[in-house]
Amino acid sequence: MEVGQLQRKFVDYTASLFCEGFLDEQFTQLQQLQDESNPDFVVEVVSLFFEDTEKLLNDLTRALDQQSVDFKKVDAHVHQLKGSSSSIGAQRVRNACIAFRNFCEEQNTDACSKCLLQVKQEYSLVKNKLDTLFRLEQQIVEAGGAVPMVG
Amino acid sequence: MARRVSCGSEELHVLAVDDSNVDRKVIERLLRISSCKVTAVDSGSRALQYLGLDGEKNSVGFDGLKVNLIMTDYSMPGMTGYELLKKIKQKSSALREIPVVIMSSEKILARIDRCLEEGAEEFLMKPVKLSDVKRLKSFILRGEGDEHGEKQTQKRKLEDDPLSASSPLSSSASSLSGNLSPSPPPSPSSTLQPLSKRTRL
Repeated sequence: MEVGQLQRKFVDYTASLFCEGFLDEQFTQLQQLQDESNPDFVVEVVSLFFEDTEKLLNDLTRALDQQSVDFKKVDAHVHQLKGSSSSIGAQRVRNACIAFRNFCEEQNTDACSKCLLQVKQEYSLVKNKLDTLFRLEQQIVEAGGAVPMVG
Repeated sequence: MARRVSCGSEELHVLAVDDSNVDRKVIERLLRISSCKVTAVDSGSRALQYLGLDGEKNSVGFDGLKVNLIMTDYSMPGMTGYELLKKIKQKSSALREIPVVIMSSEKILARIDRCLEEGAEEFLMKPVKLSDVKRLKSFILRGEGDEHGEKQTQKRKLEDDPLSASSPLSSSASSLSGNLSPSPPPSPSSTLQPLSKRTRL
């Protein structure tokens, strides 16, 4: 695929991620912090997010698996995840965390387990999308083009 | 009205405190892009260590760079941002004149009030934006110039209109120079003076 096509694909794909609510304005804020002196800023932040989230999801799975669930701990983990997803603009993950915290307050193990599933799904979706987006970026750069600024 | 030249060439040095890897990276970038020097630590206790307030004579990590602003997350394990704020603002603290800004993803009014009462300069909602940092920076730098002693009557909080200017602060009655923590040598060039304490309501 030639550069122009790749760039168009990138622009369309990015737009769809915003349209479908996977990403919000905060992601755009991060993109604006990237420049020639820090060309990998967004990828780096998102990678940190992936690392942190995977650990948090493991911790959450373990915590909800206990005989006696420590809801304070569960809530603390979800709060962290809500924060970091919010910081990178992963809107659907963040929204899933908000629902999750409500059930933590109610100390409802079943509902929490369902929420965890939901959060895992949303995370998996947005991770896929972002990986695809970054791959597109890479293809553009490798084809000698510039990555268009969207939004 | 002579403006002190100090803010011209001098960069603000900000100590950022946040246990989140993601947020630390973002705040670091926001500050660097705004031409600030940044030291980022992941806990309140590390922040105190850095500031030389942890009681240890030769604090590990204190590299002699004067801190002009502290930005700390509120919710952190161990020591919260509020507890860190209290320690910094203690009467006996040599660094109580350093402005402290609290950041939080939760808009809890009681929390905000508590922080402002304890001496926080401002309470920022997360995610922090570039416009927040730019406004903060000019606010801190502006605290330098006015010699007519206009008193600050109201602390800013939440999402204020980014275009509204804060009134300049009165110049400091007490300077910090004699009271810095033991180890570091003073910076060679004249650095920014600390802001004066605002009138508490």
